[in-house]
Amino acid sequence: MTGLMTFIPFAPAASALLLILFGRRYSRRAVSLQACLAVLASFLLSFISFLGLTRLGPGSGPLIKNLFPWVQSGAFQSSFALRFDSLTAVMTLVVTGVGFLIHLYSVGYMSRDKSYARYFAHLNLFTFAMLLLVMSSNLVLMFVGWEGVGLCSYLLIGFWFEKPSASRAGQKAFVVNRVGDSAFIIGILFMLFYAGNTDFLMIDKAVLGGSLTPGVITAIALLLFAGACGKSAQIPLYVWLPDAMEGPTPVSALIHAATMVTAGVYMVCRLSVLYSASETALQVVGWVGGLTALLAATMALVQTDIKKVLAYSTISQIGYMFIGCGAGAYAAGIFHLFTHAFFKSLLFLAVGSVIHALSGEQDMRNMGGLRTHLPRTYPAFLVGALAIAGVPFLSGFFSKDAILSRAFAQGQYAVWALGLGTAVLTAFYIFRLLFLTFFGSERLTPKAKAHLHESPAIMTAPLIILAAMAIFAGYIGLPSVFGHNLNVFSNFLGPAVMTGRESAEALGTEWLLLLVSVAAALGGLGLAYLLYRRKTGLPAALVRRFPRLYALVHHNYYVDEVYGAILVNPLLKGSEAVYTGFDLKVIDGAVNGSAAATSFLAKILSRGQTGLLKDYALVILAGLVIILGFLLW
Amino acid sequence: MLLVSLILFVLGIILFFVKRDLITMFMAVEVMLNAANLAFLTFARMHGDLGGQLIVFFVITVAAAEAAVGLAIILLVFRRTKSIKTDELRSMKG
Repeated sequence: MTGLMTFIPFAPAASALLLILFGRRYSRRAVSLQACLAVLASFLLSFISFLGLTRLGPGSGPLIKNLFPWVQSGAFQSSFALRFDSLTAVMTLVVTGVGFLIHLYSVGYMSRDKSYARYFAHLNLFTFAMLLLVMSSNLVLMFVGWEGVGLCSYLLIGFWFEKPSASRAGQKAFVVNRVGDSAFIIGILFMLFYAGNTDFLMIDKAVLGGSLTPGVITAIALLLFAGACGKSAQIPLYVWLPDAMEGPTPVSALIHAATMVTAGVYMVCRLSVLYSASETALQVVGWVGGLTALLAATMALVQTDIKKVLAYSTISQIGYMFIGCGAGAYAAGIFHLFTHAFFKSLLFLAVGSVIHALSGEQDMRNMGGLRTHLPRTYPAFLVGALAIAGVPFLSGFFSKDAILSRAFAQGQYAVWALGLGTAVLTAFYIFRLLFLTFFGSERLTPKAKAHLHESPAIMTAPLIILAAMAIFAGYIGLPSVFGHNLNVFSNFLGPAVMTGRESAEALGTEWLLLLVSVAAALGGLGLAYLLYRRKTGLPAALVRRFPRLYALVHHNYYVDEVYGAILVNPLLKGSEAVYTGFDLKVIDGAVNGSAAATSFLAKILSRGQTGLLKDYALVILAGLVIILGFLLW
Repeated sequence: MLLVSLILFVLGIILFFVKRDLITMFMAVEVMLNAANLAFLTFARMHGDLGGQLIVFFVITVAAAEAAVGLAIILLVFRRTKSIKTDELRSMKG
């Protein structure tokens, strides 16, 4: 059992290694076969491990497989140990399950790309790093996975590195993540310093045993959360995710929607004992999540690039997950992570199918009326849109409601209101996208129109599976209004995350909250219908009516510009000043100066070399005389 | 005897500085070497020490080798430049 789980991360790792080393010798068929099978193997192993875990029952604690002692330096030691508990089970199943579908989809999507093997090598490598992240049993090893997924994200965002915007976006993602990661490292060091260990079991023990003071707990929790803000694209470090859409669309679906960006949420849940011990940290997590959710949702309203809408939507939805964590409802946060992985990757893949059909067109203003042309993509997208909007009886509805009701129950009414506002906006922007893309008049460019075609079966099959999951995944976490103890998901996660705070409201309040959520979703949906189907002139009129507001939102609150002005530009200017002032003058000056001095000296001394044998002999004689004179004196 | 050695050595030096062709200068070097040999032998006899005589053998051997190499070099120089006058061979000027 524990032997099997060791192979979960290493199947894709082996495949990635082979593809990196021998990728050029593979045929395309062999590349796709190996890459997909590796992830499928990983998925099956995860599933077997999951079954084994359910058979063990709830009280058994996590399965730990200690592979080898990794770092041993004085008092500090860290082992290369994998851990499998219910939280890990959910994460590995999502990563490998959704990952496998996206690998399949990529076979169709990337079929014409010249760097086919490199793409799958990096995708496999990513899967390995992500699995390492969720399966590690201590913070240090987790950080290896954490950085690994960051690296793969960089490589895959800049996959088409011939495009300057793509390689710039990759760099931006990398640098912004560095900011969060440096805080993360400091957090780990704090943990080592105060708790002496980074093993999750030991951390829980240290927190519960009271060997850490509340101040230290809060500091560590906040530092680690700063790292999560970078990786999970929360305020103030969310700016890299919209640009990350430069990567291939399946990559956006896997890394920037379903898995990597949710690593922050996973981390907070993994350390739920630590976070629950600090009221301040939970407040910060909840507020950051709430504000990010709302702000990102408003930014999604005005995007014209079809992928950017989804990017802001992802930021906003991860904000939701953090609202859940902030309310101490870690299970609800992970539940939303779980359902979000399905419907958001579904949306991304459907959008990828649209982009594929239109030969690379991403601007919604050049779309419209695609419903009839893409008969399989359209219903898939519709399901995804209904799920994310929180329309009743689809997965998004249950998970969103779980988070909002917990936030309300915790008395965080302001955060709850932020979440509710976001729900309205979410339904609005996703149906704006739907109406602009699939309904209305066709505004295609001639080039796109010429090649208009539905995607091949290898791309639509994952869509259908994900659509099914987006509908039904919610039913494993039913809210308590439908009956007692129906939340299978929460019960399953129970031993892995803190659940003590999930106090239930009175049944009446629950119903009321549920109805308010439904109203919010349908309200947003109706508004989108009104603006983009009935009175299509209205959006433009609104823009004219509030030009300032529109400009503010359209430029994403000028956050990029502000960061550019206060951080990036001074850094660039400063670096340039140092370059011209110090590097060129002092360092290069010293090097060039010593070289010049040497050659100047050589020129003077070489005068002595007359080439005349007599002169040399004379010098020898003079030397002889001097030495003899010295000795005989 | 030491006086003879001194005279020979000084003559060698003068010859070396006065003449301009390589062969004569080479001979001057040989003269100086033999002057040194003479001094060694004299001292060996004065002190009854065989070390001096030993060194002379070494010097003769080295001089023979040096003569072979030196003459070969001079020959090659002449072939290349058609001259063995030292003031015409100034290509090593710095």
